[in-house]
Amino acid sequence: MAGADDILACTAREIAHAVNARERSAVEVASAVSGTVAGRDRGLGAYLTLTPQLMLAQAQRVDERVAAGESLPLAGVPVAIKDNMCLRGTRTTCGSRMLEGWTAPYTATAVERLLEAGALPIGKTNMDEFAMGSSCENSALGITRNPYDRERVPGGSSGGSAAAVGAGLATIALGSDTGGSIREPAAFCNVVGFKPTYGRVSRYGLVAFASSLDQIGPFARTVEDAALTYDAIAGHDRRDATSVDRPLETTAAALRRDLRGLRVGIVKEFATADLGAAIDRCYARAYADLAALGAELVEVELPTAKYGLATYYLIAPAECSSNLARFDGVRYGLRVAGADVGEMYEQTRALGFGPEVKRRILIGTYALSSGYYDAYYVKAQKARTAIADDFKAAFAHCDLIASPAASAPAFTFNAKSDPVAMYLMDYYTIPVSLAGLPSLSVPCGAVVPDGGTRPMPLGLQLASPLFTERLLLGAAHAYERHTRHAEKLVPA
Amino acid sequence: MISERESAAAPLAESKYEAVIGIECHVELKTASKMFCGCPNEFGGEPNTKVCPVCLALPGALPVPNAAAIEHMIRAGLAFGAEIPAFSKFDRKNYFYPDMPKNYQISQYDMPLTQGGAVRYWLADGTRRECRLTRIHLEEDTGKSTHAGSGDGRIAGSTYSLVDFNRAGVPLMECVSEPDIRSADEAVAFLDALKRTFVQLGVSDVKMEEGSLRCDANVSIRLRGAAEYGTKTEIKNMNSFRSVHRAIESEIARQTGLLERGERIIQETRGWDEAAGETHSMRSKEQAHDYRYFPDPDLVPMEIAPATVDRIRAALPELPIARFERYVDEFGLGVAQATQIVDNASLAEYFDRAVRAATTPAGVVNFVLGDLSRLANEHGIDVAQSRVSPEALAELVALTDAGTINSKVAKDVLARLWREGGSARAIVESDGLAQVSDPGALAAFVEGALGAHPKSVADFAAGKENALKFLIGQVMKASRGTANPTLVEQVLRKRLR
Repeated sequence: MAGADDILACTAREIAHAVNARERSAVEVASAVSGTVAGRDRGLGAYLTLTPQLMLAQAQRVDERVAAGESLPLAGVPVAIKDNMCLRGTRTTCGSRMLEGWTAPYTATAVERLLEAGALPIGKTNMDEFAMGSSCENSALGITRNPYDRERVPGGSSGGSAAAVGAGLATIALGSDTGGSIREPAAFCNVVGFKPTYGRVSRYGLVAFASSLDQIGPFARTVEDAALTYDAIAGHDRRDATSVDRPLETTAAALRRDLRGLRVGIVKEFATADLGAAIDRCYARAYADLAALGAELVEVELPTAKYGLATYYLIAPAECSSNLARFDGVRYGLRVAGADVGEMYEQTRALGFGPEVKRRILIGTYALSSGYYDAYYVKAQKARTAIADDFKAAFAHCDLIASPAASAPAFTFNAKSDPVAMYLMDYYTIPVSLAGLPSLSVPCGAVVPDGGTRPMPLGLQLASPLFTERLLLGAAHAYERHTRHAEKLVPA
Repeated sequence: MISERESAAAPLAESKYEAVIGIECHVELKTASKMFCGCPNEFGGEPNTKVCPVCLALPGALPVPNAAAIEHMIRAGLAFGAEIPAFSKFDRKNYFYPDMPKNYQISQYDMPLTQGGAVRYWLADGTRRECRLTRIHLEEDTGKSTHAGSGDGRIAGSTYSLVDFNRAGVPLMECVSEPDIRSADEAVAFLDALKRTFVQLGVSDVKMEEGSLRCDANVSIRLRGAAEYGTKTEIKNMNSFRSVHRAIESEIARQTGLLERGERIIQETRGWDEAAGETHSMRSKEQAHDYRYFPDPDLVPMEIAPATVDRIRAALPELPIARFERYVDEFGLGVAQATQIVDNASLAEYFDRAVRAATTPAGVVNFVLGDLSRLANEHGIDVAQSRVSPEALAELVALTDAGTINSKVAKDVLARLWREGGSARAIVESDGLAQVSDPGALAAFVEGALGAHPKSVADFAAGKENALKFLIGQVMKASRGTANPTLVEQVLRKRLR
């Protein structure tokens, strides 16, 4: 029987193939994984909760279905789930003291679909509190380390999911991306991270941070596995009014071998950013590889992209200030007693939320206040439209836009104590999020950071027009097959 | 109801001031499920049994709008001639309250489902009035708090509170009127008009006792003839139309007193205290909430297709005001009669069918509101549920009007129709109940009565008029009521002269 190392070294496609062919049972996979994950996660901290019993029960169901003749796209594939997605009977903390003891009584649509597709839930992964952060350091419930250098952060907010896949503690994982929370940690942890078009994956059961931006997406070690996972979770859901009801094409079947006939846009305004000579060289090399695969490189302009960060840090906090109002100690989660209901609210929220969450609630409350609403919230919405229009105009000249996924490789703990320095990590991902576009980060090399000792991975962000997931994943697959960067790095 | 209103303490007609009143009222919509989830929209039940992740605002739950509620809004708007904009959206109204699960209410801020329109209504004396509507918008209801430990259910002194979320998320429409109302009487008549229209449209049951209609009033006064509005106060906590009337009268008197004493009216929210019979200050404008409205990012903007509006418009029933005007202006009904019929939809349907089959509305009104309603009350059913078909009733009216039967027989025939149904004409014919108006045919009955009662004949001759009445009764009895009583009297007088 295969060992855990053997299984966790396999891709999702390989595992599903073996389980569907009854070469290996889902129960064997579950037993092997649950036997090793807890031990190997010590010192890494990717998981907040492990769900071995649930995984075993699910594995038994998968085996029964396969025995009954079904073929499941993710049969027996071990998956890690970011802890802001509900899984019935399992605690869902959002990395917060506020929900530390809360058990979800229902299952998120995306998670439900993964289970329906045959995936096995390993557990729930660490994250920046309520998905606010870019390093996982804002989790109130523990530290997650980067699998490639334990002195460095895994990125965030979906840091636990990225680290789990990067360290080989999960075959695939679900994360959520609001301004870069899948793509940045994917880049930091040498894995593929994919944020679909806003509206493609149901948000039902995803604890909201910024509703107009939040989108669930997969982490995987290969683009193909990310595509398989996306195919399983995407599609209209009646329980999410913002989920899009339009035809869905499977992406896993449309992976490309080259980029011939495609034009890749390189953003003029991004070229001026000096990320350091080594990093700049790495991205220049990545663009050259795209050209080598047959793509035509064209320069495109995104003149309003520079307003992305300012725009995002009005819209996202405004929405979060309202979304997080429900955490009041009345119905669930933390309650700290007070002399009256007002004091209970204050005490509960003072102790339940960490500093970054409070900062954003304050910013958002301010931005929505009477007298400031037009100057901040309305203006930010106009800027958002302008940014989306810029992308639309750029896509008249290209099929894909390539850029760095993050402003730097993984940094050391406490290196970004200034909030704005942290926010700047998402400089390249945020404009794409504001436009609602599908985009992903695929490993594109490594550099030894200043003061570092080991090479740390970098991610190439590819973005494409709305609802062109098939094109995007297809192109990323061609790049990945051609360059094979992920395989060149070994976890510490 | 109009009849519930109390007489004004200080009639404003004699005052130099004029009241300016606008009404905001919340009406729970009648739908199968709640506004944003599948939980049943039903009053009452064990606390927290009609709840789900969405209406409890569990982490991750999302709202999905109820299409039936949106159609009800369009229906209500069209009934009042409102504009139905092609686009509408939901906004969040942010404030903390323990019985509001999300700590924001999904409502509509600047793009309501209906805009403008007017409510036409009538007063007890039949005067028609119109009050323009600013808008009607759609939102969700909150749960209910119960405060324990204080002995009287009030929050002051309570030791803990319990929250029931069964009502949380029930669809609610808020109707906001322009300040076109000038008296407490008008305010109540306006509310009556809203209520009967919503009931007629089927958009709400409008049960005040179940809290499905709640209203606030904005009240100010100004010198008669002044163009500027005075400073207004918002009156809350009025639990019945009667308390709306009392509260507005009380507030007008309070404001009048302030101005007469040379004091200033402060813009504030005031609560109506039913027991004390007065309003008291709740919060001033300075303490007003900043609700931080913004478009709800969980919900996409609504596009209202013209075809949808047309379909709903085409299916609108005749509205109460149109019915009222038809009854009063065309049929000549009194205001009270017309109101009574209009306010009972099934009775009005019945009445209209009977009128269509009849020659004159007047006779139908008398039967419908008189003997037929009495029978229905005695049996505890609606007129429309009785065996007396509107067509049979129309026949009965026609037979009476034509003098074919007299009113006594008509009552008997109605009683039979009530028991057995069928046709009034058939009963009259088969039982030979047609009125006998031929003096010759009456002669036998008259002679029989005179022969049998010589004492009465003598009494009449001695000047006792009552004896004649007795003899008429005897003739009527002998003819089983079919004799024409007027003719009987004539024949008797002639015979006894």
